[in-house]
Amino acid sequence: MDFVLEAKHINKHFKKPVPFHVLKDISFQIKNGEFVSIMGKSGSGKSTLLYILSTMDTDYEGELYFNNELITGKKNEELSRIRNKNIGFVFQFHYLLSEFSVLENVMLPAKKLAEKSFQEIEHNAMKKLKMLHIEHLANNKASRISGGEKQRVAIARALINNPTILMGDEPTGNLDSHNSENVFQILKELKENEGLSLLIVTHDIDFAKRTDRIIEMEDGRIIRQ
Amino acid sequence: MTNWKVILGIAKTHLTTKMKSTITASLGVTFGIGAYITLVSFMTGLNSMLDDLILNQTPHIHIYNEIEPSKKQPIGLYEDYANTFNVVHSIKPKQAQKKIHNAVPIIQYLKADKNVLGATPQLGAQIFYLSGSIELGGKLTGIDIMEEVRLSNIQDYIIQGTPIALKNNDNGILLGAGLAKKMSLSPGDRVQISTVSGDVFPLKIVGLYQSGIADLDNVQSYANLKTVQRILGEAENYITDINVKLNDISEAESMAITMERQFKVKATDINEANAQFETGSNIRNLITYTVSITLLIVAGFGIYNILNMLIYEKMKDIAILKATGFSGRDVKLIFMSQAMIIGILGGNSGLIVGYILSNIIDKVPFETEALPTITTYPVNFIAWYYVIGIIFALISTFIAGYLPANKAKRIDPVRIIRGS
Repeated sequence: MDFVLEAKHINKHFKKPVPFHVLKDISFQIKNGEFVSIMGKSGSGKSTLLYILSTMDTDYEGELYFNNELITGKKNEELSRIRNKNIGFVFQFHYLLSEFSVLENVMLPAKKLAEKSFQEIEHNAMKKLKMLHIEHLANNKASRISGGEKQRVAIARALINNPTILMGDEPTGNLDSHNSENVFQILKELKENEGLSLLIVTHDIDFAKRTDRIIEMEDGRIIRQ
Repeated sequence: MTNWKVILGIAKTHLTTKMKSTITASLGVTFGIGAYITLVSFMTGLNSMLDDLILNQTPHIHIYNEIEPSKKQPIGLYEDYANTFNVVHSIKPKQAQKKIHNAVPIIQYLKADKNVLGATPQLGAQIFYLSGSIELGGKLTGIDIMEEVRLSNIQDYIIQGTPIALKNNDNGILLGAGLAKKMSLSPGDRVQISTVSGDVFPLKIVGLYQSGIADLDNVQSYANLKTVQRILGEAENYITDINVKLNDISEAESMAITMERQFKVKATDINEANAQFETGSNIRNLITYTVSITLLIVAGFGIYNILNMLIYEKMKDIAILKATGFSGRDVKLIFMSQAMIIGILGGNSGLIVGYILSNIIDKVPFETEALPTITTYPVNFIAWYYVIGIIFALISTFIAGYLPANKAKRIDPVRIIRGS
């Protein structure tokens, strides 16, 4: 099968402040072009799982395959490159570099990847901004725009290198219903028009219901998928 | 695979948005390097001035006859007492001439040596300066004035008159400035001198000599070699001292030893005569470097602090950079390049500040009797110090930046992102 992401028997323990088995034998797959949401109560381990899947957290047991390639145990430099090229991120708190302009924020991961010329990158970044209807903000400082706009800039940044999967940690958690809906529509369009795989951790049941598949977690286990 | 353009771009943005901290940190380096350049230029300027003051008046090798007792007393040569314990009372110095035997051939021989810049004959005579009924004890040295001018900086110490004037006057004398003052004499006047044996000669004062060392200026005068030989009633080969100037001063010691053996004379080299000067210079250099390094360490702590604070402020940015694909090494390089930019900016302006300050010091009037040729404070302008200065700046900022940058490298993005 052609999976974007495949987790096999992932276990994770927290050692501090007290030993705690946070993820218990997690196994699941995400198909190419699938829109998956992870739901669960606070403390169910869903964010912890997301950060393991994101390759940022390497302290776990089990195996993680990305595009059918084992990435567990790879060096940090390689993981950084995989994140840079193949994984887009959107966080609950928008996390833009506040000293840079909106356009620069969007361009940064592409500049790091350095596969295209500056003009191409700038052109692509403007295209992404246009797609998200925020091209008029391109030259504003990232600290001078509203929350909903920030989240859209973050999505544009996540998309700049045309990743295979976009991951979100409650991307709508900090937004009002109007902006939430907006973000959902954007994500949905990305899936439909660009064939992007999506993996979103969320609390919002209405949001989750409209995705292709819900992975429900409780006490570190997947109880339904 | 390092993408310097992006890394430097981020570093530049961090620095320009935190202009105040950047300037403060750079000023720390500027101050340290500026002080180092100023100190080292001024200190070495003073050092070489002080060295000149004494060393230039000292020949590299001084050849003379030492009055001393024979090392081997006659009884030691007597075979009958070879295995006995001999005690000799009241040993007297060996009867010897003050003049150097075969002085003229020795000078010819030395002048042919490749490492010898020049060898000048001198004749020292104890005399009295007569001023009315007062007799002042003193010393008259006969010299080859034009050779001395070529080889030493005696010209600097002739405060009135010229060397040529002495050369052209068979009865001329370069009177010590202290003596001239005591006897109220000035160039053009005549001074009576008397030898130890009581002969009196009138000499014409053609100039005044001031070494800056009062004890010397109160006794010492110069005249032509021939004049002194005539006053003493000695032949033209009567020479008591030979001063040798070398091309390579470091060979002075070995050459002095060779000469002692070869010519059976006493030969002292400049290092032997002035060992304490080297020590003084070394200590002054040590002080300069200690002060400069202290200043740079203080500046380094400033940079360390500012970068540390910047990294705390930028935790989220660091996490984001790492999440979007920047490696720990990239993040480290971002902060290292900030430190190095501060070092380069601060260091270079430090060099400029140092240069300006040295220039100002160089223009400050500094007049001293000891050094008639010097009118302002002595400052050395040596490119090498500026090279050392900038290397200092880069090393100290590198160390100060390394620790915080390494911390930024190790920041775990998950903890930062989940923490808030």
